[in-house]
Amino acid sequence: MTSSLPGNAGGVAYRATDVGVRIGATSILEGVTLEVPYGRVLALVGPNGAGKSTLLGVLAGDTPATTGRVELDGIAIDDWTPKELARRRAVLLQSNAVAFSFTSKQVVEMGRAPWIGTNAADSDENAIAAAMSETDIVGVADRAFPTLSGGERARVSLARVLAQETPVLLLDEPTASLDLGHQEEVLRIARRLAMQGRAVIAVLHDLSLAGAYADDVAMLDQGHLVAHGAPADVLTAERVESVYRTEVRVTPDPDTGRPIVLPRRSGGRS
Amino acid sequence: MLRSRRAIVFTMLALLLTGGIVASYAIGQFPISPSELIGAILRALGIDTAWAPTDPLVDGTIWQVRLPRIAMAILVGALLSVAGAVMQAIFGNPLAEPGVVGVSSGAALGAAAAIAFGASALGGWSIAAAAFVGGFLATLLVYATARARGRTEVVTLLLTGIAVNAFAGAGLALILFATNTASREQIIFWQLGSLNGSRWVDVLVVLIAGLPAIAVTIGFARRYDLLALGERTAGHLGVRVERLRIVSIILVALMTGVAVAFVGIIAFVGLVVPHLIRMVLGPSHRSLIVGSLLGGAALMVWADLAARTLVPASDLPIGLLTSLIGGPFFFWLIRRNRAKAGGWA
Repeated sequence: MTSSLPGNAGGVAYRATDVGVRIGATSILEGVTLEVPYGRVLALVGPNGAGKSTLLGVLAGDTPATTGRVELDGIAIDDWTPKELARRRAVLLQSNAVAFSFTSKQVVEMGRAPWIGTNAADSDENAIAAAMSETDIVGVADRAFPTLSGGERARVSLARVLAQETPVLLLDEPTASLDLGHQEEVLRIARRLAMQGRAVIAVLHDLSLAGAYADDVAMLDQGHLVAHGAPADVLTAERVESVYRTEVRVTPDPDTGRPIVLPRRSGGRS
Repeated sequence: MLRSRRAIVFTMLALLLTGGIVASYAIGQFPISPSELIGAILRALGIDTAWAPTDPLVDGTIWQVRLPRIAMAILVGALLSVAGAVMQAIFGNPLAEPGVVGVSSGAALGAAAAIAFGASALGGWSIAAAAFVGGFLATLLVYATARARGRTEVVTLLLTGIAVNAFAGAGLALILFATNTASREQIIFWQLGSLNGSRWVDVLVVLIAGLPAIAVTIGFARRYDLLALGERTAGHLGVRVERLRIVSIILVALMTGVAVAFVGIIAFVGLVVPHLIRMVLGPSHRSLIVGSLLGGAALMVWADLAARTLVPASDLPIGLLTSLIGGPFFFWLIRRNRAKAGGWA
């Protein structure tokens, strides 16, 4: 905890060494070794059931690793108190239900809870306002969360995570149920956060989105980390085909040169 | 805007409560004028005035009958409502209520056992303690059964409530069957619920056990808000969820236990009051708990006044009255939710 907010660029946020998770006799994650530096966006990709959410849960401190070791800022994840951890990393889960009719604004305000009683609480209003305008939810601020559409709920929940203003952000499918424009916007937000020196880890299903915005891509398959590196190196046609078991074409984006992954489809209706 | 609204609602509830208190001491089989009450209070403080009641019967009615009864109504109403609000917070469900899920009947079973087996060695505390133990066991049982993988299924919650209520009912029946006539009468009256015969010593026990519990729940209010985001997310925001839940369960059992220990089962208060407050002030738990406290106290004072004056020269059981209002309300709640959100599935 020597680093100052919002994280120290170049430093290491997470260091996972040989992490494995078993439930009963089933191995969900095995031998995952990964370093996540500050100032970068890491995309976790892989087919359904590859262990992406489990890995995110281990990094968040929810799921204890059966084997191996996870460190955040050089301190074992189990040694953090819940409150200190809440000031260091924010987590967006896939499902974001809210019991009772809290308004969107109240939900975003809850993101400030870890900072109550600290100097940072002075900037509560700013943090909340900034998070809400960034996620484009100012218009639904006073509406009850349960009455919002799926996409609006996802954005309100993201705003809550942004308002927490932590140096590390773990996002489980932040683009699910969002339209094209909002998907791009969420990834642009992730990029901006990384520019500020924060570490962003996002589970993404859209490989082109991962290719376009992530600094690094980690691909999981059946609980194993099969590749980790720059998008162009990880997202090769051969690797994607063998992991996802479908034929794809990987072409560089004409504008940015970043990889675009397209499934190969047979032409007619044969 | 919300702040001023909250101030208005709290003021109105406080006025409603004050009005109920004034009406409760004045109205009854033995009418007492406001000046007689003020005179009696001043005399107790050592100031003799012309207002002081000359009739010792009036003085006795004020001090030994009406005031302890009013105090008990305030405490019981506040405790049951706050217990309901807390239970709904930890179950993440507006249907959770000590009476509905069987906590009250668990507490009643404990208290009945204490009466029947004559466990009055500890005085006024023994019945309260037994009620607490019964309520606590019932809460634990309901909680352990109805909660699975971090969420409560409404159907399981209500079915568990049915099972606990049935079991506690059978236990009560067994005790009634086996015990002597005096205990039997005492237990039957209890089940009906009544504030009749409240004594200062009882009020003191409820006060000492209940007030700290309420204070702690108000301190937890913000954490209950975060719990609405789900257990994992609340944890990500720094809440020690497991500890919060266990302490809250103990508090619910304590509040329900002491509330029913002396006055018996008074159902639906913990369901109706928090629900109405939530409709007016929103789900934020600080205002919800404070509002429930005031609203529950006001409701109970007025309900008790109705219980002892509706039928001349008889004291209706207040539990009967609250169920008479609460039953249809519960029904309306289910209908409304089905229409609005397609039920609770």
